[in-house]
Amino acid sequence: MLRFILARLGGTLAVLILVAVMVFALTRLASGDPIALLLGDQATAEDIAQARVQYGLDKPLLTQFGYWIKEVAQGNLGQSIFLQRPVTQALAERAEPTFFLATFAVTIAALIGIPCGLIAAVWRGRLVDQIFSAVAMLGASVPSFWMGLILIQVFAVWLGWFPASGYGNPGVPFIERLHHLVLPATVLGVLNSALIIRFTRASVLDILNEDYVRTARSKGLSERVVILKHVLRNALVPIVTVLGLTLALMIGGAVVTETVFNLPGVGNLVVRAVLRRDYPVIQGTLLVIAGIYVLINLVIDLIYMIVDPRIRV
Amino acid sequence: MDQFIYVLKRLFSRRVVLLAALVLLAVTALAIFFPMFSSVDPNAIAVMDRLKAPSAAHWAGTDELGRDLAMRIVYGGRYSIMIGIATAFFSVIAGTALGLLAGFFRRLDAPIMRVIDAMMSFPDILLGISLVSILGASLWNVVLALAIVYTPRVARVVRASTLVIRELLFVDAARALGVSTPRILYAHILPNLMSPVLVQLTFIFAYAILAEAGLSFLGVGVPPEIPTWGTMIASSLQYADRAFWTIVFPGIAIILTALSLQIVGDGVRDLLDPKLRKSA
Repeated sequence: MLRFILARLGGTLAVLILVAVMVFALTRLASGDPIALLLGDQATAEDIAQARVQYGLDKPLLTQFGYWIKEVAQGNLGQSIFLQRPVTQALAERAEPTFFLATFAVTIAALIGIPCGLIAAVWRGRLVDQIFSAVAMLGASVPSFWMGLILIQVFAVWLGWFPASGYGNPGVPFIERLHHLVLPATVLGVLNSALIIRFTRASVLDILNEDYVRTARSKGLSERVVILKHVLRNALVPIVTVLGLTLALMIGGAVVTETVFNLPGVGNLVVRAVLRRDYPVIQGTLLVIAGIYVLINLVIDLIYMIVDPRIRV
Repeated sequence: MDQFIYVLKRLFSRRVVLLAALVLLAVTALAIFFPMFSSVDPNAIAVMDRLKAPSAAHWAGTDELGRDLAMRIVYGGRYSIMIGIATAFFSVIAGTALGLLAGFFRRLDAPIMRVIDAMMSFPDILLGISLVSILGASLWNVVLALAIVYTPRVARVVRASTLVIRELLFVDAARALGVSTPRILYAHILPNLMSPVLVQLTFIFAYAILAEAGLSFLGVGVPPEIPTWGTMIASSLQYADRAFWTIVFPGIAIILTALSLQIVGDGVRDLLDPKLRKSA
């Protein structure tokens, strides 16, 4: 058991190191010079040279990488070139909207996806199954920004039920902020429910073929008990995994939705950093986002290993 | 050939799949042939006609420069579909190569898969914008960036299939007969990977069209003067509340194409894996 866990931890460490190398390489291969952008046209060659020294951009790449990793290990993600603030601080300020958006959206995805997937599996091949499966596929075909624009037009501009953008001023009550999140969370939730519907359907279909389901039926349990207690409970394990990974991916993957609704979240931060070539911010956020994903993945695997002795591969 | 016709017959026995295939055919044919026979310039600016609602003269209305939207959707389809095909093609080639190596050679498995894992820990769109911003915004760089984003997906699927096929008897038989390793890979394993790869190809085709639109929307995609469905929506954004149709129609083109691709992909997968078949 310990050997498996150690092997898994080693693999995770390797992935994390590769992630760090990729993040570093990504930002250093870029063509634009952030210093020239920052200082503008008026800057003299000396100004630029001086700023490069100040941000450590004059050192060899390997030295820069080593320096960066050392700082990261101490929890320091560097200083944003444009925001004039530490990256960790900028990230922390943006974490709240993204966290609540992702949680809200995953809740919506689960509330739509699990019942629809279950119904589709139980009545497989019937009309409901075909309709839900078609809806699931439609959900995977709609661009998120397009759905966002449509919802803004209908529910914010025409009906005026929800705000079209932003997250409310600092200090407004939480319920006010949730109100701002309804439309963006609906976009993400509905579109991601497509995946959950498919996954639930497949997972439930697998379980329906198990011997213990036949046993439960043959000992005379009602169909309702069989489906809810024996099938759904067992099917939920992989579904919860997918929900967890979806949540992790949304932390950085809600870029487009955050931009449509102008939410001051993590995704929004990255897009702006990319447009301004703010290397430290891009590096820091990409690293944190990918790191969270890798760690959530690890935790899920470890829980599986402990709970289910069959999966010790 | 007979086998091919038999497969097509089975595939299209589900009417939905047939319908989706026809939609795809129509969209592609329109995008390829219509511009050849039309003398209308999709970029012709007519300021007097700007932001006109859909009418008999302009079926889908006009955009902020008075250009006919229906016409531009047809022209935009050329680029969107080309980006989709090219992305799917390149990521399938790279992903198949990586997955085959990882699945067949035990020594290469761990290193390749750790790199793949690392790439997959970035959300697709985030990796996409980062890559485009490094490479620079151009049509081919968007294709390259998206191909890199989707390569790991293909590699995972191909590796999983290779692991299974590697253990099958005909591979042992080939080896016992003295067939060289490259030839085993090429002649015995690769052909058996064709079906899962084909399914991935259609799905990535759809995702790439969606992703291109997302990148354009964020302002890090194809340059705005190239009409794709994505850039059309992006350039009309600020007129959205006055001229809603400029957003709606290109979006419907995207949805229709992506949906049809996924239905066809799903049909192919069902055909190949009877266990997953809808009515099973």
